[in-house]
Amino acid sequence: MKFGVVVFPGSNCDRDMIETLKNDLNQEVITLWHKDDDLSMFTTDDCIVLPGGFSYGDYLRCGAIARFSPMMQSVIEFANKGGKVFGVCNGFQILCEAGLLPGALLRNAHMQFACKNVFLKTEDGEQVYKIPIAHGEGRYYADQQTLDELEKNKQVLYYYTNEKGEVTTEANPNGSLRNIAGICNANRNVFGMMPHPERACSDLLGNNDGREIFNALFFSKVPELV
Amino acid sequence: MNYNVHIDVMPLKDLLDPQGKAVLGGLGNLGMKSIEDVRIGKHIMLQVEAGSPEEAKSIAEEASKKLLANPVMEYFEIHVQR
Repeated sequence: MKFGVVVFPGSNCDRDMIETLKNDLNQEVITLWHKDDDLSMFTTDDCIVLPGGFSYGDYLRCGAIARFSPMMQSVIEFANKGGKVFGVCNGFQILCEAGLLPGALLRNAHMQFACKNVFLKTEDGEQVYKIPIAHGEGRYYADQQTLDELEKNKQVLYYYTNEKGEVTTEANPNGSLRNIAGICNANRNVFGMMPHPERACSDLLGNNDGREIFNALFFSKVPELV
Repeated sequence: MNYNVHIDVMPLKDLLDPQGKAVLGGLGNLGMKSIEDVRIGKHIMLQVEAGSPEEAKSIAEEASKKLLANPVMEYFEIHVQR
């Protein structure tokens, strides 16, 4: 398995993602430019990563312009063939704008840019992960029916919780509906999350919880549909 | 014919608009207590070359659906001027 990291004008977590995948997780990484459209070096076992940042200056809406870049047309095709796609932060916003994931990310309910560690948990898992967030538009929104379907199909990857793993209003850093921090599509090959696991994969950074997120998503089997 | 097309893009009515809430608070601080609600969206102006106002509107509609508004969170209204 190898990874391709797309660089848009305004991406600013692309280097973090590339460094983490290469040096901390020992993966082969190819850097992709938003104006190119060639993904022929990837198979559906590989993963295209959309990193965090402010693609196209977040103009109009976060991710709205990036979604129409040449590379994104290939990424959408790749995802529809079953290839893995992973969006973090701005990458998650782009995936929602592209329609590869349902819903949208709105301005944080408290209007402030949130930059801190948060705690995450899967629905069924015991373990609580400490992962940093850094966003101004991370409030996950979808209509009630979509939210119900996401939860029924177990498409919610992570919920914001407190340190004990309890889903509480206080633990919600941005007003996301149902404390949703990350989701996947129904086919379970497209993943998006607001928190930054790539910033938590190294002893030097004092946090290795991000490794377990990458492990769960890519290196061991992702939970099957129930 | 060249038409000026005005598009208002607004957050969906049942959606929390924190920007509007913050501005409402600011207006309250100014003593303007009679203002009961504020919602903030975008006003977009296009210059469209089209054969008729209807054609200009349908071009703006396509642009709004494809890019200018996101129907998950926003609705839009189009006004065409000569």
